[in-house]
Amino acid sequence: MIELREVSRLFTVGGQEVRAMDRVSLDIASGEYLSIMGPSGSGKSTLLNILGLLDTPDSGTYLLQKWDVTHLNDRQLAATRSRTIGFIFQFFHLIPRLTAQQNIELPLMLAGVSQRERRERSRPLIEAFGLAERCHHRPDELSGGQRQRVAIARAVINRPAILLADEPTGNLDRHAGGEIIDLLEGLHRDGLTLVVVTHDPEIGERAARRIRVVDGRIASDSKGP
Amino acid sequence: MDIRDQIGFVTTSIRAKRLHSALTGLGIAVGIAAVILLTSMGEGLQRFVLSEFTQFGTNLIAITPGKVTTMGASLGVIGSERLLTLEDAEALRHLPGVEAAVPMVQGNVEVKAGTRTRRITAYGVGPEMDRAFRMYVGSGHFLPPDDHRTARPFAVLGHKVARELFLDRNPLGERFQIGNQPARVIGVMEPKGQILGFDMDDTVYIPAIRALDLFNRDGLMEIDILYREGQEAGEVVAAIKRLLLARHGQEDFTVTTQQQMLEVLGSVLGMLTVAVGALGGISLLVGSVGIFTVMTIAVRERTGEIGLLRAIGATRAQVLGFFLLEGTLLAGLGGAAGLAAGLVCAATAKFFVPLLPVHTPWSFVVLAELLAMAIGILASILPARQAALLDPLEALRSE
Ligand SMILES: Nc1ncnc2c1ncn2[C@@H]1O[C@H](COP(=O)(O)OP(=O)(O)OP(=O)(O)O)[C@@H](O)[C@H]1O
Ligand SMILES: [Mg+2]
Repeated sequence: MIELREVSRLFTVGGQEVRAMDRVSLDIASGEYLSIMGPSGSGKSTLLNILGLLDTPDSGTYLLQKWDVTHLNDRQLAATRSRTIGFIFQFFHLIPRLTAQQNIELPLMLAGVSQRERRERSRPLIEAFGLAERCHHRPDELSGGQRQRVAIARAVINRPAILLADEPTGNLDRHAGGEIIDLLEGLHRDGLTLVVVTHDPEIGERAARRIRVVDGRIASDSKGP
Repeated sequence: MDIRDQIGFVTTSIRAKRLHSALTGLGIAVGIAAVILLTSMGEGLQRFVLSEFTQFGTNLIAITPGKVTTMGASLGVIGSERLLTLEDAEALRHLPGVEAAVPMVQGNVEVKAGTRTRRITAYGVGPEMDRAFRMYVGSGHFLPPDDHRTARPFAVLGHKVARELFLDRNPLGERFQIGNQPARVIGVMEPKGQILGFDMDDTVYIPAIRALDLFNRDGLMEIDILYREGQEAGEVVAAIKRLLLARHGQEDFTVTTQQQMLEVLGSVLGMLTVAVGALGGISLLVGSVGIFTVMTIAVRERTGEIGLLRAIGATRAQVLGFFLLEGTLLAGLGGAAGLAAGLVCAATAKFFVPLLPVHTPWSFVVLAELLAMAIGILASILPARQAALLDPLEALRSE
């Protein structure tokens, strides 16, 4: 469902050119569970951002569900992010003024879904993610693990095809991090394509397919246990 | 996206920074309060003046000597210009459609009865003045329909003069002096009060011929024509012009209908209202700077949030809309508060100074609120644009 062809991304920092992605080609099939590891600054986030259409390649092509999404306009980008992609960040990025439930429903609100339908769709997620008692609380009244669960619920409420997580446990303790990974793996078992960037080898090893990125290139790509 | 959802979403940020929002709204509120108060006074004044004028009736046409062009210059060749005379008034009286023709001469004069004296305004008029101007005698009679050339030295006193000169005595039939002329009181007007600052009760009405003599004038200051209800003003004006042209041989007079006068007056006063409102609008400028500042700060503070919104599917246009709406709501709320304050001020002013003409049409209220919201939109265009143009990734990274 994802095909990257010779994708490069360059940054210029202080006159120096940095190849954050260097002619990367990568295929991800629907329903895969993939982890991306590698040293700091190797280009993991850059890769994930390009997959999530938050960043655009300087060269190469990106086919998402067989559709060339390398050069989309703002409207198409927004629509694709909204319908096809779910993003999870290390720092949660919840809106502090909104309750957990309102944060979860935000993508639906942006998409113009009615309040009634939003309630109907957020309810089961809130139950399944163990947020029922906290759903009217604001983020600053939630634990880190709860916040990330809210963020995951927000990422999947619009039923995306692919879930991209950039160090989803980076800001959590071991226990909470484990719970989050369990939750993500549960979503994967239900059919979601899952890509997780992580520094934690233990978490990385859990994925069926493991990619190692070094200096903007894919250094290894291994499947199976 | 549903507008109610947008408002709901934006309201959360307005509520989150209550003090900020309140202060920003206050800037707009002060401006709107000033605008509504000042325009209410302007409008009140306009209505007041116009109603003062129309109480004389509206079927009036004034003829004044000299030709005044739109430039305000007198065109008449000096010396050849003819005066408006009592004979002119008499001739005009016989035009079809004319109900009354009132010659008019006016001046200040000292009146004296026994030992009591008083300086007042004397009006030399015709016997139809009471009817033409809807000013009626309270006791006795108005000037009798004498031949204008030999009108008897009768006088009709204003209510106040009658009391001042004759105290509690019945003034009817009493003799007194107007300047150097003897006169006899045949009537006292009803109390009328002030019209545009002139005390209408501190006056005396005498035959025009006597006033010409008294003030040593050859011509009338004005002839006022009352025409019949239902008569076309333009036709009457044309007939007047024809007649006077025939009598004078040239157009050395000016004919003004009451309607024209009201229109000119109305437009002048309307301009005044606008000017005064614009003055209040200056304080709105201050308010708009406040909105701009607060929205700029908001965009900076919420950069990460903007990135997140874009990442989960918001378009640039939606981000733009959020910030425009926020500025508009802020200004709208401030405007509403300002309207309330302005209306309370206007009502209070009217309560304590009932004479103060204050009037607030609903259209002003609606316009003022729309003005506030328009200012909100304008002031938040730049910050909103800045928010919309943010790169989502950079915005996300800013947190
Ligand atoms: N916006 C940017 N401007 C300039 N350089 C950038 C930018 N984003 C990334 N880079 C550079 O690109 C390279 C890859 O960065 P990236 O964030 O993808 O690394 P990463 O593997 O996610 O690192 P980490 O594990 O620390 O998150 C780095 O050298 C980084 O400095
Ligand atoms: Mg990273």
